[in-house]
Amino acid sequence: MSDPRVDTRPDARLSVFKTYKLYVGGKFPRSESGRVYEVSDAKGKWLANAPLSSRKDARDAVVAARKAFGGWSGATAYNRGQILYRVAEMLEGRKEQFVREVADAEGLSKPKATAQVDAAIDRWVWYAGWTDKIAQVVGGGNPVAGPYFNLSSPEPTGVVVVLAPQESSFLGLVSVLAPVIATGNTAIVIASEKSPLPALSLGEVLTTSDVPGGVVNILSGRTAEIAPSLAAHQDVNAIDLAGAGADDGLAKELEIAAADNLKRVLRPQTVDNAEWFATPGIERMTAFLETKTVWHPTGSLGASGSSY
Amino acid sequence: MTIEKRSSAFEYAPAPESRAVVDIAPSYGLFIDGEFTEAAEGRVFKTVSPSTEEVLSEVAQAGEADVERAVKAARKAFEKWSALPGAERAKYLFRIARIIQERSRELAVLETLDNGKPIKETRDADLPLVAAHFFYYAGWADKLGHAGFGANPKPLGVAGQVIPWNFPLLMLAWKIAPALATGNTVVLKPAETTPLSALFFADICRQAGLPKGVVNILPGYGDTGAALIAHPDVNKVAFTGSTAVGKEIARTVAGTRKKVTLELGGKGANIVFDDAPIDQAVEGIVTGIFFNQGQVCCAGSRLLVQESIQEELLDSLKRRLSTLRLGDPLDKNTDIGAINSAEQLARITSLVEAGEAEGAERWSPACELPSSGYWFAPTLFTNVTQAHTIARDEIFGPVLSVLTFRTPDEAVAKANNTQYGLSAGIWTEKGSRILAVAGKLRAGVIWSNTFNKFDPTSPFGGYKESGFGREGGRHGLEAYLDV
Repeated sequence: MSDPRVDTRPDARLSVFKTYKLYVGGKFPRSESGRVYEVSDAKGKWLANAPLSSRKDARDAVVAARKAFGGWSGATAYNRGQILYRVAEMLEGRKEQFVREVADAEGLSKPKATAQVDAAIDRWVWYAGWTDKIAQVVGGGNPVAGPYFNLSSPEPTGVVVVLAPQESSFLGLVSVLAPVIATGNTAIVIASEKSPLPALSLGEVLTTSDVPGGVVNILSGRTAEIAPSLAAHQDVNAIDLAGAGADDGLAKELEIAAADNLKRVLRPQTVDNAEWFATPGIERMTAFLETKTVWHPTGSLGASGSSY
Repeated sequence: MTIEKRSSAFEYAPAPESRAVVDIAPSYGLFIDGEFTEAAEGRVFKTVSPSTEEVLSEVAQAGEADVERAVKAARKAFEKWSALPGAERAKYLFRIARIIQERSRELAVLETLDNGKPIKETRDADLPLVAAHFFYYAGWADKLGHAGFGANPKPLGVAGQVIPWNFPLLMLAWKIAPALATGNTVVLKPAETTPLSALFFADICRQAGLPKGVVNILPGYGDTGAALIAHPDVNKVAFTGSTAVGKEIARTVAGTRKKVTLELGGKGANIVFDDAPIDQAVEGIVTGIFFNQGQVCCAGSRLLVQESIQEELLDSLKRRLSTLRLGDPLDKNTDIGAINSAEQLARITSLVEAGEAEGAERWSPACELPSSGYWFAPTLFTNVTQAHTIARDEIFGPVLSVLTFRTPDEAVAKANNTQYGLSAGIWTEKGSRILAVAGKLRAGVIWSNTFNKFDPTSPFGGYKESGFGREGGRHGLEAYLDV
């Protein structure tokens, strides 16, 4: 596939390259380390220089994600649903760009890349519809043997680190990110190491979709460099190891680090690229939900005095 | 009125429950593949009554070879047990629930002897909840397709379960009932200070005709539990106990396919607002921290009281504490029993000393402690700040730390200022405030205008470092299903 940025005609206009940047706290910073790394397409041709995130970038992302958690988890589920739907709307309008980036990244034909992006857009729509339904599906009243009202409700776990799948640079990424934020968590995504550009571009879509700054933070760089400090970070509540799938040693190391503050860990599952197209279950949402159960006495009418 | 006068006004004649209802053998073996058997290495340990230090029995101590045998037995039994129609598994569990009800007085007395908690609690709380838990999960066994985990959810295999000493038989029920209902087989390690009720439960399994190997009981210490959890043929690990051990378990299972649920420590905040019904709140505070001598992971060990009513509330609370009766756990009038072990008593003592050393003000009612056994008087600390050890560390004893707040926001911030997130209490007459505060507390169980209520249908478990997974209710099935 031709690279649109390289036009060799003598009279051609010189195109404007995009500087790919991180997405942290709603802003687009470079890595504080000043480092970048070369990103190539599937054939090895240079595409761009992506930020090579440092551990400090990762810590900044945790601060941003924590700051955003109260507002995002406190937003109504309807509101979150509309914002996720808005992401789909914005993506639809920028589909061509994402098709190009996915095609380059994964070495796909245009129709195959289009299918990936279409599925990713539809996935945002799917999760947009879940925001105000998951609580009814996994929560509910409990018929305790006593005069008590007793209700269990799901609540977001908190700040979730997501190691995006290494191979499926966009559909895989959306498939692991959307369920995390649909339920009110905030996320720090480590993009596919070799194909980070679709993920970095997603930040531009999120920021124009009313997703509050800090709800999603996107880092590019070496997974094995950034992930350990996030897995050990005391203000991170959970970690999805999807992107450590091919590296058993790394996955184990991260799970051990995560035990320090008992993060919820979603272990890597073997998902081949085709499987990302399947309609997901609710497991990627429930993995990052807590159950809160509230009791209150029901009292009795007609009894004298207090009803407790 | 002085404390002496008040306590004499409440003097009761001794009313001991009879020990004759329970027959404790001088020694017990491990329970593997349906048989009581000696430990391979022949090791034994003694279990004592914490209220008298009397040796109750000598129990076989499982080692690695025994873990191997038990896991093998459980694996072998899994094939048939998991293939049994759910309705048949259900009937075994219903049988167990019924036999527990029949033998509940015997088990209550046994539990009180081995654990040291008052008979009032084992009789009215532990045992009814144990039977109810089996009865509840029995009913799920043939209805798993309706539980929201797919049409035909599968069991995991062999569950390795390690339980604490604070509610020995109840914790066993929380572990074994959902495991068996979903078609798993189990190897369970009871705590080293309270192995007896689990061994009596083994006998109940035999009476119920439960197939051999479905339930295996391995008494032992921490190393036995560690060997069980690390065993490569264990598919599911369930642990209730300290956060430190929970973290060690999380590290042990890292990189495996073992599914894990952890019910760990807590430092529950019991928040009392200025419009709370004071008398009920005082009862709730007492239940929150003195139930089971405070040896409860979800205890309301931090009292957060609104500044304007601090004095009134503490006066009432101190008056109430002066009426608590501490002593013989078998006495039906006893409110406060013995601390479970010398080790736990030492831990409580050292944390209380830290509280004093750090400048908090200690108070206990006049209270005579028996001369033998492990005892600690109900204690409360005022002038406690959030930085104090006694406001941060789980004491797991009858010790209440009192902090104050001015606004609901401050109450929420203080309540959440902990590594734990298991329980919390809210006392106020204002419904909207209950719901607003309950929504902001980061804890798995919120008791509003009540405390320390449990039910098999109600999911229990923590946020943050109080662990993960839920026990009880439909939610409790997930821990034992391949979902």
